[in-house]
Amino acid sequence: MNRREALSSVALLLGGSIIGAEAFLSGCRPAHKFGEAGLNFSPDDIAYLDEVGETILPATSSPGAKDAKIGEFMHTIVNDCYEEKDQKIFLDGMQQLDDACKKKTGKGFMDCDAQQRHDFLVDLDKESKDYQKKKSDFDRQQDEKAKGNPGYKKEEMPTHYFIMIKQLTLWGYFTSEPGATKALRYVAVPGRYEGCIPYKKGDKAWAT
Amino acid sequence: MSGDTTYINTKAQEQHRFDAIVIGSGISGGWAAKELCEQGLKTLVLERGRNVVHLKDYPTATMNPWEFPHRGEMPRQFVKDNPLITEAAGFGEDTAHFFIRDKDHPYVQEKPFEWIRGYQVGGKSLIWGRACPRWSQFEFTAPERYGYGIAWPITYEEIAPWYSHAELFAGICGNRDGLEAMPDGEYLPPFDFNCVEKDLQTSLQSKYRDRFMIQGRWAQLTQPTALHLEQGRGRCQARDLCMRGCPFGGYFSSVSSTLPWALRTGNLTIRPYSVVHSIIYDDKKGKAIGVRIVDAQIRQSVDYYSRIVFVNASALNSNLILLHSTSNRFPQGFGNDNGLLGKYVCFQNYRGSVNGDIEGYEDRYYYGRRTAECMMANFRNLHKQDTDFMGGYMAFMGAWRDRGDGQHAEVQVGASYKEAMSEAGAWHVYMYMQGETVPQFNNQVSLSADQKDAWGIPLLVTSVGYVDNDERLLKDFLIQASEMLDSAGVKKINQHDNHWAPGRDIHEMGGCRMGKDPKTSLLNGWNQFHTCKNVFVTDGACMTSTANQSPSILYMALTARAARHAVEELKKGNL
Repeated sequence: MNRREALSSVALLLGGSIIGAEAFLSGCRPAHKFGEAGLNFSPDDIAYLDEVGETILPATSSPGAKDAKIGEFMHTIVNDCYEEKDQKIFLDGMQQLDDACKKKTGKGFMDCDAQQRHDFLVDLDKESKDYQKKKSDFDRQQDEKAKGNPGYKKEEMPTHYFIMIKQLTLWGYFTSEPGATKALRYVAVPGRYEGCIPYKKGDKAWAT
Repeated sequence: MSGDTTYINTKAQEQHRFDAIVIGSGISGGWAAKELCEQGLKTLVLERGRNVVHLKDYPTATMNPWEFPHRGEMPRQFVKDNPLITEAAGFGEDTAHFFIRDKDHPYVQEKPFEWIRGYQVGGKSLIWGRACPRWSQFEFTAPERYGYGIAWPITYEEIAPWYSHAELFAGICGNRDGLEAMPDGEYLPPFDFNCVEKDLQTSLQSKYRDRFMIQGRWAQLTQPTALHLEQGRGRCQARDLCMRGCPFGGYFSSVSSTLPWALRTGNLTIRPYSVVHSIIYDDKKGKAIGVRIVDAQIRQSVDYYSRIVFVNASALNSNLILLHSTSNRFPQGFGNDNGLLGKYVCFQNYRGSVNGDIEGYEDRYYYGRRTAECMMANFRNLHKQDTDFMGGYMAFMGAWRDRGDGQHAEVQVGASYKEAMSEAGAWHVYMYMQGETVPQFNNQVSLSADQKDAWGIPLLVTSVGYVDNDERLLKDFLIQASEMLDSAGVKKINQHDNHWAPGRDIHEMGGCRMGKDPKTSLLNGWNQFHTCKNVFVTDGACMTSTANQSPSILYMALTARAARHAVEELKKGNL
């Protein structure tokens, strides 16, 4: 029995339609899991990554990560540049993020409003940083053990998936046309170099 | 210059006969071509790679960051297939077309040696670092004075006018600082210090009377002269995208400067896709009569003839060609009576760097992207041996302002984080070393007895490594640089040893060194073989020692000087 059928039977049992069922049903989209399509990200995957990216770097006075087509960018880099083991972390991580969101908010990421998404990612960001700290301690211990012991096979803690998503968002956004030219200042041909000019808090940084 | 102009001078090509043949079209080959053509010699430049024409063959020169699918990174498979070349300084999605692919050009490493190559017309002059400090009298005399090498056959005073000649044409910016360890040249105006660097200079100067931080001396046209405009080159636009090829001709390369200049004389023929097999020696005449190549595309052997030959194939490839140029007279390789060809290969030590943060200056920034770094002149072992290592080091250094102040924010997601990441961040200061390495007999290259490349040429075998002296020099740099930055108020100072294999520096030198004595050197003071005066070697292979300063501008000066000598000797009938 799929969710739609389940809902329908609940509705039938209750002798009518469930209020808000349509919204709930649309929240079931996609019926598949994120990342399930593998390296050929589905349109749903891309739309979802766009929203995750947009939550990290939202539109403000300048465009957000969605305008920078951040989902497409992640798709390209994960496919072309990521090692296989990192591809797997990323693909699994897409659904893990959604699961974590459900656990925290009771709703999938796409069903959350902007504030809920934000609050959830603030927590996930902290969690991923705590995890990375443990990882770097662990990796250092492994390095120590390997020192002077050439036969030692180092173990490795995998990178946290949100570290990847966030890195790709920052990298992709600030090198994109909207990010570089609107959030930052981009001058393709400066024409000259001036070593010392005034700067005040709030001025945009140079893109390159 | 029209991009589609064919470089072949048909009549001369038919005859396969020229006044001069230059092997290689990189920094020194381009200079040989320019000087010889200007003096009226019909000159053939042989280049093993494809042709590259200024402007026409710079496909990425004006691309924006977002126009690169991987924003500068190379795809995983490419990196896997090219573990060597992807590590080269400046290599990326925007410059990959000016570097070799690993599998096309194998060599044998007896010890780890990262041989970075760029096979095309212009060679590595398209992708070089462009630092152009002069050597001083100290470096020309140190190997002999301190007993770690043989005497240079030339003095600083002899090469100084040729430095000037090269600087004026290539266009080198820099300040005239009056330093004995890094003499002044013919400089275009320097790039500014930024505000942190300005204070750093003042601070270091007050604490260390013998240590001088100066504005970078760099091959950038900060203010082109009539001579540069005549080359078709313009002012550096501070884009800092040099290694893609510059649409303004703002930095010096063979492709933007010397080769088009030589072509305009009508005396130059460039033959791309020409893998040199050997120099042809005539036993009866007792001199070289030409060069044998393998056409890289049709893989056929062709001979070209000339009165003189300039070997400018890049340091190790020049060694390879010479080792492979055997004859009855020279069974051990060209000019190699003393058995020293391929020995005493050295390089520069780039292993150490030190960096840290500096507080303040939040209200200061810079405009444009400077294409030069600051320098610190060598202060070790100048007048006397004052350390536990031989040789010296200079440093490249600078300060820069990070982007993004969001790393320390409480909330690192969302609108406020984005704003913080869009602002200028903290200032950082760095120094990295360029250290002299001391010539070692056992640091050498040779030819593989059984392995050949796709053109039937034996593979080069490298056996080049660090010695204890390099470790001591590195240690001293790390200590001194940290102390200096600490004294200037830099915080969170990190010392770093990158453990690079030799070769990553792309400053390999020697193997066919100059010297006064034919028993201990291959070339004389005019870069001629002691044993065959019509063959000249003026690229990195000729170096007697490495010094601490960048060598390229010296290759230019040595080449111009040797070329002028060659023409004079030809006129006198001596060659």
